[in-house]
Amino acid sequence: MIELRNVQKSYDGGATLAVADTSVVVERGEFLGLIGASGCGKTTTLKMINRLEEPSSGEILVNGRNVLGQNPELLRRNIGYVFQGIGLFPHRSVAENVAAVPHLLQWEPDKIQARCEQCMELVGLPFAEYGQRSPSQLSGGQQQRVGVARALAAKPEVVLMDEPFGALDPITRSELQEEFKGIQRSMDLTVVMVTHDMTEALLLADRIAVMREGVVLQIGTPYELLHNPQHDYVREIVAMPRQRAKRLEELMRDE
Amino acid sequence: MSENLREQLLLLPAYFQGHLLLTLAAITMGVLISVPLGVWAEQSVRVKRPLLAVVSIVQTFPSLAILALVVALLGGRIGFLPAFIALTLYSMLPIVRNTVTGLESVSASVVEAARGIGMSPHQILREVKLPLAMPVIVAGIRTAMVWTVGLATLSTLVGATSFGNYIFTGIQTRNLVAVTVGSLASAALAVGLDGLIAAIQWLLEKRNEAVDSARLRSIRRSVYTAIAVIICIVLYGLLPQPRADFIVAGKPFTEQYIMVGLLAAELEEAGFKVEQRLGLGSDVVFEAVSNGTVDLYVEYTGTIWSSYMNQQGNPGREAIRTGVIDYLERQGVVTLGFTGFQNRYALAMRRDRAEELGIASIEDLVPLAGGLSAGADLEFFGRSEWLRLRDLYNMDFSNKLTFDPSLMYTAVVEGQVDLISAYTTDGRVAAFDLVLLEDPRNALLAYDAMLLASDAAAANPAFVQAVDSIIDRISDVAMRQANRLVDVDGESVNAAIEYLRPRLRSN
Repeated sequence: MIELRNVQKSYDGGATLAVADTSVVVERGEFLGLIGASGCGKTTTLKMINRLEEPSSGEILVNGRNVLGQNPELLRRNIGYVFQGIGLFPHRSVAENVAAVPHLLQWEPDKIQARCEQCMELVGLPFAEYGQRSPSQLSGGQQQRVGVARALAAKPEVVLMDEPFGALDPITRSELQEEFKGIQRSMDLTVVMVTHDMTEALLLADRIAVMREGVVLQIGTPYELLHNPQHDYVREIVAMPRQRAKRLEELMRDE
Repeated sequence: MSENLREQLLLLPAYFQGHLLLTLAAITMGVLISVPLGVWAEQSVRVKRPLLAVVSIVQTFPSLAILALVVALLGGRIGFLPAFIALTLYSMLPIVRNTVTGLESVSASVVEAARGIGMSPHQILREVKLPLAMPVIVAGIRTAMVWTVGLATLSTLVGATSFGNYIFTGIQTRNLVAVTVGSLASAALAVGLDGLIAAIQWLLEKRNEAVDSARLRSIRRSVYTAIAVIICIVLYGLLPQPRADFIVAGKPFTEQYIMVGLLAAELEEAGFKVEQRLGLGSDVVFEAVSNGTVDLYVEYTGTIWSSYMNQQGNPGREAIRTGVIDYLERQGVVTLGFTGFQNRYALAMRRDRAEELGIASIEDLVPLAGGLSAGADLEFFGRSEWLRLRDLYNMDFSNKLTFDPSLMYTAVVEGQVDLISAYTTDGRVAAFDLVLLEDPRNALLAYDAMLLASDAAAANPAFVQAVDSIIDRISDVAMRQANRLVDVDGESVNAAIEYLRPRLRSN
């Protein structure tokens, strides 16, 4: 599980706060969505969990241990990460990309190979067919499948995702969303996912934290946010998918 | 012509080996220094700016100046080392710049991913950034390689063997075959090494691909062969060579090429193994004989008198001789004796032009000088002799041009200039029927040719005995004729040597 205690982040010595006094608990096996507009501090919050960013104050615990006391590189190897820009290594084969973290952890070659095949199978890219390809030979959706496989390869309990499906076309996106949700459930992963797409958050997350200007306005299950918004901004963005659905329905009736 | 070509091609293996060793050593050192510097610069803006500025400034220095400075910094040491250092410095800019650019161009999202999965900064550099920057870095190395092969020709001037030996000797002795062979060989080496690096890079990029096409195999075979050949040549070059007993050196003009060959022939006849260092810069060769890197060369009294002793006056031929010998003794250089000829400066005009203007001596020039243009070699107008000539006769020319010596004669013959600072033993004086003007006020110095030897060589009686055959045996006329054979008649330097040798022993 993940716990943020009074975490603050400032890039200018405290004059302005990118993330202000945030406390969040994510239970084991829970899927937390972090949502908000660009610049609201959601990505900074995510990156502080594996120390890609350092908090200015506060504590962050992953599985009960304060991350600030740990070697950042070893910490990151034990936390899966799916990147917004996918970030596959273009000079490595698909298999080498998937095996990157086990390789850093110096697993036995046989074990790496087996795990690599397993993870690729899991994301629907059979090793025999795709393992030796170069990332540039894959479609965007396939590349992010590799990204997911890479994040899962070292069997992390915690996976962080930074707008992982943002760059994909709608059909591929919803396919991957569903598949990933299935993987998360079956592997009992603790996931924190940053998104600005409320529909995505509602469909995937067990709970959603709505952020604005560095402050978490409300944390709750989709049901709680929909039925008991405690802030106008929360009401607005939660209502958005529903309004759009309604509008679509009207359009189709008019035809 | 074909005899000339054959003579030139016989020199090819030695020059090729010298050029290849020098280029590869400089590029290897350049890569070893520049890639880490580029990596450092990419990580710190504070390093990047000044570093790129420094390597760019080094690049803008004239390459000859860098060579001269390195020789000076090494205390006058000549040969492989100063050339190697200068070429290494010169190779740095493209490699450093491309390393920085290559690393900077690696996509930020890939670097973030590498950090995010837990790579250390060192692993990010080694496993992600450097491999992705490699094509750009290799492009920089290829640029540096082509430059270095070209610039290595200049290292001849500091006594390192290269294809420059062909080019400088060829230019000075009007041997276009030598110039052509040297230029083509240098160009071919540049193209070959560039292609080799490109092929290696291509093979490295393809190494992960399972396909094993015929083309891939044949390129791989060629690359392995080329590398094997280079390794053999390098190893052969590193083998302890049979050491020469004596090193005979000379400056870059025909008379010196002939004299080096003549001295070497005499020493070899006495059973010594001799190494020739041709076409060295004037300062370089004097320094080298002082510190014992060179054992023997032909110098001229006037040069020592004005350039090294910084004497302004002209006390006459005998006084200069005595003064110079004294001075050399204090410098630890032994004067073995005079050769018998004198190669001094003289103002020279085309005969028809001199007669037309009624000029027989410099005195006659005085009223006309303001309307005349003069050509000289690269140093004449910078020498105290020219200043003395100008002051003693109180005249100056309207136009003063400097030329490479071989082109200076063409300029006066073709009327581009009215007169030149000719050399008295130059074969072209007679061949082009030039008039040497009298110098009644003794402005121009005497230049008696003399044999200068290192302390160590002069202590060897057999050495002194071997070169004794040359002392006082070569007249102005004989030397002029030998020079003429090469410069005018298009004969080889060897032909001139063969012309002189019998004259050493006749009466």
